[in-house]
Order: sequence, then structure tokens, then C-alpha cells
Amino acid sequence: MSTNDLTELTLAEARDGLRGKAFSAREIAQAHIDAVAQARALNAYLVETPERALAMAEVADAKIAKGEARPLEGLPLGIKDLFCTHDVPTTAGSRILEGFRPHYESTVSHNLWRDGAVMLGKLNLDEFAMGSSNETSAYGPVVSPWRRRDSEAPLVPGGSSGGSAAAVAARLCLGATATDTGGSIRQPAAFTGTVGIKPTYGRCSRWGIVAFASSLDQAGPITRTVRDAAIMLASMAGHDPKDTTSVDLPVPDFEAAAGRGVRGLTIGLPKEYRVDGMPAEIERLWQQGAEWLRAAGARVVEVSLPHTRYALPAYYIVAPAEASSNLARYDGVRYGLRVPAKDIVGMYEQTRAAGFGREVKRRVMIGTYVLSAGYYDAYYVRAQKIRTLIKRDFETVYANGVDAILTPATPSAAFGIGEKQNADPVEMYLNDVFTVTVNMAGLPGIAVPAGLDAQGLPLGLQLIGRPFDEETLFAAGQVIEDAAGRVALPRAWWR
Amino acid sequence: MSVDAQTVRRIAHLARIAVSDAEVPPLQDELNAILAFVEQLGTVDVSGVEPMTSVTPMAMKSREDAVTDGGYAREIVFNAPLTEDNYFLVPKVVE
Repeated sequence: MSTNDLTELTLAEARDGLRGKAFSAREIAQAHIDAVAQARALNAYLVETPERALAMAEVADAKIAKGEARPLEGLPLGIKDLFCTHDVPTTAGSRILEGFRPHYESTVSHNLWRDGAVMLGKLNLDEFAMGSSNETSAYGPVVSPWRRRDSEAPLVPGGSSGGSAAAVAARLCLGATATDTGGSIRQPAAFTGTVGIKPTYGRCSRWGIVAFASSLDQAGPITRTVRDAAIMLASMAGHDPKDTTSVDLPVPDFEAAAGRGVRGLTIGLPKEYRVDGMPAEIERLWQQGAEWLRAAGARVVEVSLPHTRYALPAYYIVAPAEASSNLARYDGVRYGLRVPAKDIVGMYEQTRAAGFGREVKRRVMIGTYVLSAGYYDAYYVRAQKIRTLIKRDFETVYANGVDAILTPATPSAAFGIGEKQNADPVEMYLNDVFTVTVNMAGLPGIAVPAGLDAQGLPLGLQLIGRPFDEETLFAAGQVIEDAAGRVALPRAWWR
Repeated sequence: MSVDAQTVRRIAHLARIAVSDAEVPPLQDELNAILAFVEQLGTVDVSGVEPMTSVTPMAMKSREDAVTDGGYAREIVFNAPLTEDNYFLVPKVVE
């Protein structure tokens, strides 16, 4: 097998090939290191760690030789640069963390190394995961491997996990970690023809992940198939005493669940997701997805989630409020950038002015405003009450026997870099209109590629599950993947 | 509700972010666009609704009150821009 072919394998195929000794961990690591080095035009990796990858691959080969292969033995992965990695720079896509080298490892990445995975490097993202296009990164935008038919205009890979999605779609890793606060796993997965799952809040530990909005943040994988996402999430998930919001529940056999099918399940289509101005091809894709599930033996019913339209505005109170509090720690004292000034308040203000980008400043200021005296009840408390109503909508639907909900993943396909530059911030926020409800209610959601639009760009469908029932999402996601056929990923024009 | 230029400066100061005179008008427009967008929440009837305080219903875990960590000050200050003898250094705050 040529080394190029090794980067084309799915995670599951690579795992089986390594165990069957069809190739070595060193060979598949080197194939990916070469692919990453040839793809710098995409700006997906902020840090490449080839020496570490080869050292980890050597350990993996020794384990395989002894018949002691761990679940992810020798599988090369990329890590979103929001996860703290021991002695490897971690920037969160921000100038304010330039040069930061954590002396600890996030629990999720630790779990991957514990299971034998190999680290290729750190992946670009929107600054502090605040964005839907990866254009807010202080280290430049990520270029999607996808292009419109007959056009060379650079497109966004989505965000905030844009580096993760682009790297997986461009075969620069077998899978990548990502995080999702309002859609940051599912929207870039949909834009790049990849699979992304945001598990239930509490399924993965948040320890060691740079915090954005603590009641919404969850880690999850981006991969090229549903089965691969199941394999990777099984290693990432699990109880962690260092995160009190991580749940003490056993991690199910997600990979087995992916083969379970949907016969006898009830799938809901929420009528409120039929939004004004939604392109006809998205509506068609949605109906097609329902048809596929019906053909596989599921019952499809219309459901109502009446508070859907309030999820996005409520999110833009809750998330900035939590961000303004979490980002207070960047003060020029303990890590990262420091701009000297004559007194301490001046030092804080100059450091944060120089270190934060526009979108981050905007959100920290909105958060500061809605939490300030006199506005707290009118904005923050009201938004948290609306969050209760959003969650109640889902609870009612699930109590009526619905097993999972099918929606479009995004209101459009990917757009061009710079295309929305002059729009007001709200226009960019609308990208997350179908995904944000899931974070507000703490539920699991998966985005699965389901087809291409008229310009040849991928479109995804989203499945939303009951709390801690990721298994049904893998089962239904697999049915969609099988029916839609695997997306043909773009050829490597960037080399 | 909308914010004026003076409020923008006050919020920036509360958030400890220095803003130049030139930055105030665009920030004011952007903040007002967001505030206009969230205005629609005012139309929702929230009487009798409890605000969400926990995403998943779970009891906070407690552990034995014992020292389980620590003793590595050098690592704690490793990334600090300015330190002395494992202390963080800041501009003088007490005259």
C-alpha cells in the first residue's frame, strides 16, 4: 500500500490494518506527517508535532508486536488547539495565549493517549472558539479543502472547529478532537462533508479545555465516518473527578450501536426548523433524510419545539455572560501576553486590548453588560428561564415516544472567506440557528453528511437525541451515511 | 434597550479592555445590533418558570476534605510573564 493510501483509510480501517500488520504505526504516522507538511496552504495546523508522533508510533508498534494493542493504538489524530497539551503550545487561537506551554494535559487528550493514539499537532480554530467560520483566529483563517464547482475562491471550513474539520476532510489526520458551545463541531462537520458529534453535556470532561461558556461547552470528535466517530468518542468520554459536571455513567459500546439500525424507532421532524428563507435544496435534503430513515424501518412524525426561535437570542446572552467571566483570567499576570503600564488596571486594560481580537472583545463586553447591576434580571435571568422552556420542549417530545429528532445541520452550505466580513455580527450568528438549541438543552447532537448542493458543496443533516443516548444517534447516523453514500472528498489541490 | 458611547466606555472599563476613541462608534453599533437581536426575548411569557441552574439534573459530588494536589509552585508560575522566587509580579498596588 502506498503511503498516500494510508491517509485515505477510515479510522476503523486503519485500526484493523495495524492490528493485522498490513502496515506499521510508523508508516501511517509518517504518511500523515508528510500530508500535513504538504497542506500548509490550508492553515489547518497551528503546531505540527512530527517528532512526538514518531515517538508515539514507535511505542504503538511495540505494543502491537506484543499483542497488547490498546483501542486506538497507532492511530494519528489532530487536537483542536483549545485542549491543553503537555509542553506543546496551546493558544486557543488567541494572541493573548501566545507562547503558553501547559504543564498539564486535558483529560480528553490524555484519554486518547492512554488508548494508544498518536498526536500529529494542534489545529486552528476561531479565537477562544468564538466564531462560525474560523475567520476570528489570531493566526489567520483556515481554508476549506472544498471549493465550489468551477471556482478557486477560498471557502471557510466553518467554525469554531474549522482546523479540525478541514484536517479530517483533507486527510491530514484520521480524526480530530473538537468542541461545541453553540454548533462548533456540527456546523464545520456539515460544511466539510465530515461527521461530528457533540455528546450530552457531562459525557466528556471539560478539564484542561480552555473554557468559553462552561454550561454549554462539550468536547467531541470530527471524523470521516459515523463508525469512526463512535470509536473516538468511546475513548474521549468518561467520568473525571476533576470536572464536577462530568457524569459518573459507564461509556456504552458506541461502535456496536452504530450497527443497530432504526427499525421500530420514532424520529421527529420539528416544524419550527422550517425557517424563512431556507434554501429549497436544504428542505429537500431534510425530506430525503426522513425518507431514508422511514425506508430503514423508522416511524417519522412531525413534532413541535415551540421555543426554538428564542434559542439563538438567549444563547447570545448566556454564552457571552459566561465568557466574560471565564476570560477574566487573562490578565497579563499568570500566563501569556503582558503589556506594561504605569499601574495594574492600566496593565490589565492594555494587555486585554492588545491580546483579544474584535469578536472576543465584543462578546466579553456584551457579557459584562448583561451581568452588570440593573440588567442582570432583565437579560441573564430571563435568558436562563427561556433555557428552561427550550429544554422542556425537548422533554415533552421525548416523553411522547420520540427517540431522536432530525433537522438540517446548517441553513446553507459553506460561504467564501471574507464574504460576511461587512455583515453585522448577528448575520454570522445565524449559522448556528439549528445547532444552538441542543447546547441550550444539554442534549447530544450529530451532524452527518447527506448530499451536495448545486455548487458541489457538502450539506449535512443533524440528529438530536435524548440525554446520554448517543447510541441512537450513531445508529440513525449510520443509516443516513449508508443511504446517502460516503461523500467523495476533494482531491488534494493544495499540495 | 440600546447603549450610548458613554455606556460603551463604561462597559469596556468594567471588562478591563482599553478602547480608543476611534473604536467606540463601531463597538457601539455592534453591541446595539446584538442587543436589538436579543430584544425579542422580552415577548416570551416566563412567569412561573425557574431559571436553569444545572444543565443535567445531577447532585454535585463531594469528596473528602483533604489536600490532594500541590507542591509545585515552579510549574504554576512557569508561564507567567514576570516572576520572582515563584511569586507572580505585578505593578505596585499599595503605596
